[in-house]
Amino acid sequence: MAVVFDKPHALVDVSMHYCPGCTHGIIHRLVAEVIDELKIEGITIGVSPVGCSYNNYLYFNCDMQQAAHGRAPAVATGIKRVFPDKMVFTYQGDGDLAAIGTSEIIHAAARGEKITTIFVNNAIYGMTSGQMAPTTLLDQVTTTSPYGRKPELQGYPIKVSEMLATLQGAAFVERTSVHDIKNINRTKKAIKKAFQVQQKGYGFSIVEILSSCPTNWGKGPLDALKWIESNMIPYYPLGNFRGAELEV
Amino acid sequence: MGKKVLMKGNEVLAEAAIRAGCKHYFGYPITPQSDIAHYMAKELPLIGGAFVQAESEVAAINMLYGAAGAGARVLTSSSSPGISLKQEGISYMACAELPAVIANIVRCGPGLGGILPAQGDYFQATKGGGHGDYKMVVLAPSSLQELYEMTVEAFNIADKYRVLVMIMGDGNLGQMMEPVEFKDKEDIIDADKTWATNGTAMKREHNVITSIYIDPEVLEAHNNKLQAKYKKIIKNETRVEECNTENADIIVTAYGTVARIIKNVIKEAANAKIKVGLIRPISLWPFPDEAFIRNAEHTKAFLSVELSAGQMVEDVRLTVNGRKPVYFYGRTGGMIPTEKEVLDKIKDILEKQGG
Repeated sequence: MAVVFDKPHALVDVSMHYCPGCTHGIIHRLVAEVIDELKIEGITIGVSPVGCSYNNYLYFNCDMQQAAHGRAPAVATGIKRVFPDKMVFTYQGDGDLAAIGTSEIIHAAARGEKITTIFVNNAIYGMTSGQMAPTTLLDQVTTTSPYGRKPELQGYPIKVSEMLATLQGAAFVERTSVHDIKNINRTKKAIKKAFQVQQKGYGFSIVEILSSCPTNWGKGPLDALKWIESNMIPYYPLGNFRGAELEV
Repeated sequence: MGKKVLMKGNEVLAEAAIRAGCKHYFGYPITPQSDIAHYMAKELPLIGGAFVQAESEVAAINMLYGAAGAGARVLTSSSSPGISLKQEGISYMACAELPAVIANIVRCGPGLGGILPAQGDYFQATKGGGHGDYKMVVLAPSSLQELYEMTVEAFNIADKYRVLVMIMGDGNLGQMMEPVEFKDKEDIIDADKTWATNGTAMKREHNVITSIYIDPEVLEAHNNKLQAKYKKIIKNETRVEECNTENADIIVTAYGTVARIIKNVIKEAANAKIKVGLIRPISLWPFPDEAFIRNAEHTKAFLSVELSAGQMVEDVRLTVNGRKPVYFYGRTGGMIPTEKEVLDKIKDILEKQGG
């Protein structure tokens, strides 16, 4: 019988701990499919963050290092400088990357560090139970912005891709979403290109992926996907910010 | 032995690291140790390695984590305030059992303090400056020849036990110049690095470097494993120098460059018919308990002389455990005790002891 659906080799065959309706699982699969297609599993080293995906070292079949909160790009830098010919990626959420790890991500990009960052933006801290993130939208209610995020009190959400795209070392910057099939396919293309940009040695590459958090948004899985489309995308426009023209 | 070279302490440390097989250095500038970075920036690209000037000490220690996890021999260096910033990463590396060498060319504190020599980071280095139950081997050389040999050794100890080794030198050691005789070839141990994340090559299960163990039973077992390793290090890697302790009326203890002052004090004291001995802990952790316990049998008192307000003296008291009185003399702020100050203190103590 022909196999019509299989688990990517780069994913370990275990069940994941993510909440129902969370899109981390989809993003993990996309990364793993790209690793399979590029045939790089044996030369890839991934870096896990602190946050909901802290233990995705259990899910990826390649070698993995677990980093301190926000420090994944520094850890990845250390690995890449030892193995310039191997593939190194970080997988980070918005609290990890855009709050405590802002310095590390900016400087990894500025140095043109030849690593790839998968940045999962769900506008909230998931693991620590729904606190406001730097990417939390205005008026969004979280456990630490119970009256909604107010610009006069908590400022404005950070547009990470736009900010990193100002840096010359960031060779490839793209924002995608996983709220429907069409966008899931676009996300996979972006992840693949980001890895290829690293392979070619152009510099730092990042894909910011808008992702859902039904549990902490207080929504059902479908409503959460709709909320990405109706609330997140208007503030975080999808598209390429740097490196669309790069030949890979 | 190879040829003798006149070199600055910080450069000796950097050269020794390269001789020990370190090709990757990550650091952030801070006085009085920046010459280490300058040396590495110049030399490492020439031997196919990498020097990375990190955006902060926090980033530097995490780069060290990544590179050590990749299986490389790696070094970072800093001075006191910068070492404080590295504490988070030090705790993570200790838990993840990543071997690496960290140099702390100690300056005076607290706070931003000053840039002159001090020994005020003893507590931080030996008692675990970061969170959780961990230890790091702390070596305190007192001459540049010893700094060279000990830096090479530090990499071997780190690899052998999968631990962090700190070279703790004060600002004097980093900035002074002395002749150093380099060996033609270094003794480098062949360490097992099958745990490193260097890519599976599709030939083995994936390796994971981590410091998180959510299951309490698993984490306790991991802690027990670390503690068992530390016990082995205490047994095998304790280092101490003793001078003139056998018939000493009083034993002074000091480490690093302060011990050199005490060696002069011993001579001057002898002229005044006072028998002064010296215990110089070379490894600050593990602390050389045995030398103190043995000498407590016959000496009248101990005196700890430090460039601090009194830190190592606490370990001396714990070790001597009331067998004999333990005194302290220290200077802070970058001030260095003179031989006369120490001798006066010794005379004062012996008078009290009726000696």
